[in-house]
Amino acid sequence: MTDFIEQFGVWGGLGMALLQILAFAVVLLISLAFLLLMDRKVWAAVQMRKGPNVVGAFGLLQSFADFFKFVFKEVVIPAGADRSLYLLAPLITLILAFVTWAVVPAAPGWVIADLNVGVLYLFAMSSLGVYGIIIGGWASNSKYPFLGALRSAAQMVSYEVSIGFIIVTVLLFAGSMNLSDITEMQAGGFWNWNVLSFHAWPMPMFLVMIPMAVIFFISALAETNRPPFDLPEAESELVAGYQVEYSSTPYLLFMVGEYLNIVLMCAMTSILFFGGWNDPFGLDVSDWPYMASHAWYFFWFAAKIVFFFFMFAMVKALVPRYRYDQLMRLGWKIFLPISLAAVALVGAAVVYGPQG
Amino acid sequence: MGRIQQALRGALLMDFWSAFGLGMRYFFAKKATLNYPFEKGPLSPRFRGQHALRRYPNGEERCIACKLCEAICPAQAITIEAEPRSDGSRRTTRYDIDMTKCIYCGYCQEACPVDAIVEGPNFEFAAETREELFYDKAKLLENGDRWEREIAKNLELDAPYR
Repeated sequence: MTDFIEQFGVWGGLGMALLQILAFAVVLLISLAFLLLMDRKVWAAVQMRKGPNVVGAFGLLQSFADFFKFVFKEVVIPAGADRSLYLLAPLITLILAFVTWAVVPAAPGWVIADLNVGVLYLFAMSSLGVYGIIIGGWASNSKYPFLGALRSAAQMVSYEVSIGFIIVTVLLFAGSMNLSDITEMQAGGFWNWNVLSFHAWPMPMFLVMIPMAVIFFISALAETNRPPFDLPEAESELVAGYQVEYSSTPYLLFMVGEYLNIVLMCAMTSILFFGGWNDPFGLDVSDWPYMASHAWYFFWFAAKIVFFFFMFAMVKALVPRYRYDQLMRLGWKIFLPISLAAVALVGAAVVYGPQG
Repeated sequence: MGRIQQALRGALLMDFWSAFGLGMRYFFAKKATLNYPFEKGPLSPRFRGQHALRRYPNGEERCIACKLCEAICPAQAITIEAEPRSDGSRRTTRYDIDMTKCIYCGYCQEACPVDAIVEGPNFEFAAETREELFYDKAKLLENGDRWEREIAKNLELDAPYR
């Protein structure tokens, strides 16, 4: 934003920043509607169903119909609930989910805030996300939401540790916390993406980075409370966890926030490990006209997000839920040591390797 | 050995990949969904749906007010009142079925000696109010007139088995 203010003056700069935020939010929300539909369609297809197919052609407008259904319903606030906190919780979830997107680069220069500590900011915001869930569960003043919120807090905290270490491996590699720099470093074909990282040749870094990418993806599942780690909202035990008492628009806000976080995790996977906006063939498009080259970049970024979202949906359709102790064992006894070892390995490679 | 093998399977996500393959097979398999209001599944001729009172081909109503259906109805959903008509034949003046009580057991049509009360193939008679489900004689006769072709066909198809 500071460069905008330098360029257009205070009001023009603020206006430009607002326009950017608006563009990001609108594109995000509309694509979210279709990603939600895709989630349901993928799930249905694996179960040999057709999924929603009545509202609009192929059910394309289903999410919008659901949106209106949620908005027009009555907001029920339980008698024993803490009213202000109860309504604040979904807002926290939604706002934090939106705010995190500020540092995500969709194409070169297409980023609201090109922070030098982008990864830290992102990590901080997604850690705060647990507050929405805890406050929601506590303010509902009811058993199931409270249990769900407790589980969710423990789960998100434990998986954040391993996610943190995995991100550190990428940071050591990139030597920058700026997400745009991390993406640019991976330019020039899929063999340069961090997951294979042949730009570090002759060091066989892919031996470390492929497992890191897989662990990051699995931790992202846990972080966003998706199956097989959906203990906070385990239907068979807790009905819907912290969302039990929510209805209407507050529930909608929770759901949108949750899905925004999922899409964010898909974006993170693609930026950190799969080259972000870079296409897999290493095509040089720098001499294309501005809009064409940026549309090309944006297409690849979006395609990667959709692919990882598809994987999220497939995992939801296929994998049975973990038990609570299994979840904790996986997080603390397997992912944490492996990612710690990876940090040590990558650190050693960066310091003593050919580039070091 | 078993433990190492298990650890390797877990580390390489073997179980997930095999499940993924299976899932993708189902992903492209023919869907089992029936587009219900536009497509409908097959119904057996014995299907017990909405009730109807039938008539003879000459337009005379079949029911002779023997009240066997009223007697056998386990849910006591049927109420019949009868009087001799002007030509001396015994006819119902009132034939009510409370569709909210009915359990669709089909005993009424089994009991009927003249195939007057039958359960037709119609199952789409949901109503917005409770009162609409208290069927009287006129409504049942109208159902009979409307569904006579299907009901006659079903009775004929089922005849060899009874």
